[in-house]
Amino acid sequence: MYFSPAPLHIPDGFLSTIVSLISWAITIAILSVAVKRTEKLDEKQVPLMGIMAAFIFAAQMINFPVAGGTSGHLLGGALAAIVLGPWAGMLVMTAVIGVQGLLLQDGGLLVMGANIFNMGLLTAAIGFGLYKSGEGRKRTLKLGLAGLGAWLSVMAGALATSLQLWLSGIARLDIVLPAMLGVHAVIGIGETLITVSALAFIFRTRPDLLEQAEGPARGGRGWIFIGAAISLFVLILSPLASSNPDGLERVAGDLGFLAQGKDAPFSILPDYTLPFLGEGAFSTIAAGIIGAMVVAILVFFVVQGLRTVKKNV
Amino acid sequence: MHSNIFDRYLHSDSSIHRLAPQVKVVIAILFIFSNALLPDGDWLSFGISWAVILLLNLLSRLGWAYTLKRSLIALPFALAAITALFSLPGKTLAIWHLGSLELILTDAGLMRFLSIIVRSWLSVQIAILLVATTKFPDLIHALEHLRLPKMLVTVIAFLYRYMSVLTDEVIRLMRARQARSAVLPGQRGGGSLIWRARTAGNMVGQLFLRSYERSDRIYHAMLSRGYSGHLRTLNQHEMQINDWLIIALAFLLIAALQLFAHTTG
Repeated sequence: MYFSPAPLHIPDGFLSTIVSLISWAITIAILSVAVKRTEKLDEKQVPLMGIMAAFIFAAQMINFPVAGGTSGHLLGGALAAIVLGPWAGMLVMTAVIGVQGLLLQDGGLLVMGANIFNMGLLTAAIGFGLYKSGEGRKRTLKLGLAGLGAWLSVMAGALATSLQLWLSGIARLDIVLPAMLGVHAVIGIGETLITVSALAFIFRTRPDLLEQAEGPARGGRGWIFIGAAISLFVLILSPLASSNPDGLERVAGDLGFLAQGKDAPFSILPDYTLPFLGEGAFSTIAAGIIGAMVVAILVFFVVQGLRTVKKNV
Repeated sequence: MHSNIFDRYLHSDSSIHRLAPQVKVVIAILFIFSNALLPDGDWLSFGISWAVILLLNLLSRLGWAYTLKRSLIALPFALAAITALFSLPGKTLAIWHLGSLELILTDAGLMRFLSIIVRSWLSVQIAILLVATTKFPDLIHALEHLRLPKMLVTVIAFLYRYMSVLTDEVIRLMRARQARSAVLPGQRGGGSLIWRARTAGNMVGQLFLRSYERSDRIYHAMLSRGYSGHLRTLNQHEMQINDWLIIALAFLLIAALQLFAHTTG
């Protein structure tokens, strides 16, 4: 009852090797940027982030009764990003998810990349992006945006989890998507209520903590676009895919990404087999590593590109 | 209540306990990787993997069924895999109708479902064994040896150090809420949903402020003791020759298992 605010902690064995490795590659790429960005801040930031990670860990246990024995919890990604900034928020969530997986077996190790991405990186990006768009406006608007960000962050995590399960050939899209999104639409309301009232409490008692975070120091206006883009993606894809899952399967099929169940993503690397082993696991590992490397390189170049754009401006 | 409920380490003096922590982390990950690569329905290879776990249990002197007893925690997520039962084409075993959904249970689906459960269950057991035989601070130090960024390792170390402190804080906050929330017999307790959620939100806000102020005090206390930006340990965990040998052996055994599984299957 204590450790699972939302059934998003994927255990080992539930994602295919390819999906796990690609998720790790994306997560590592984003985290290495986060580490670089945060290292520039003053040394006081590190103990603060550590205690804030413990805060999120502990805050996830605070629950309130909803109805019929169920209770609302906090996931905390949006809240962490709003009070600490997006990069620090991501690192804090990574530490929380890492310890939950490593120490408490809440979520697996090989799939931890996916768990960090779903619950830590997506949530922080959406939460901070939407909150940032209200910078300099009235407090009520800021709280409203934070609430919206909190709800969307939970939905984004649920959507990403469903898609990963589906790409792993474990779940049928027309069952898992409505089920996950339906449950998390309700869980997300709890997230919204707690996030908004916690922020309102901080605004009342220590407004300086939130105001010092404004300005470009913690994250530039680019986050607004990132947050808005992910939100739009969630808002458009969720109802579309729920009402018409065959459509999504067909799109994926047309893109050559998914032919049938879990064997599909390998079709990016056709005929990749080791002759003396046939089409066994070793070919799979090799294909997975190559796939992961391709993604990592792409992400690297995108990040580099963004950086040079920023320097020129 | 003191929340040392998070400690999973069980002290004993065994060869497994004495291994360098980074070796254990690498072997655990290799093992989980190997589970993920075993083909669906290869019960013999799954059985061999489980036998290895039982053997490791015995070697670490925890009793042969220790990880088995603790391994049932991951089961709730199995619900997510239930749809695997209906997602593969194969010989039809049964058909159910659920509203407009037609659920066709196939033999391939059943095999996929059982394989997922077994893989997940084996992987959880090795993770349980890892934290039962390694002190968590050593495990954190192992992450540094495995080239995780120093800053992230430090954040994790702080999280581990203070999670029980802040959990105690949460338990106090919850006890206070309970004490304030008396319910008369026959009457509904508490206000509306929004009201209850606001109370929880205020508790989170309160916890945030207490944590923030605590981090200030901790930072200054550490600074006055010579903190220079990263944590030190007296236990260096340098790799010994037999640590390398153990890693090589584990790698060979897992490669052999994979070869066996993929050539006979």
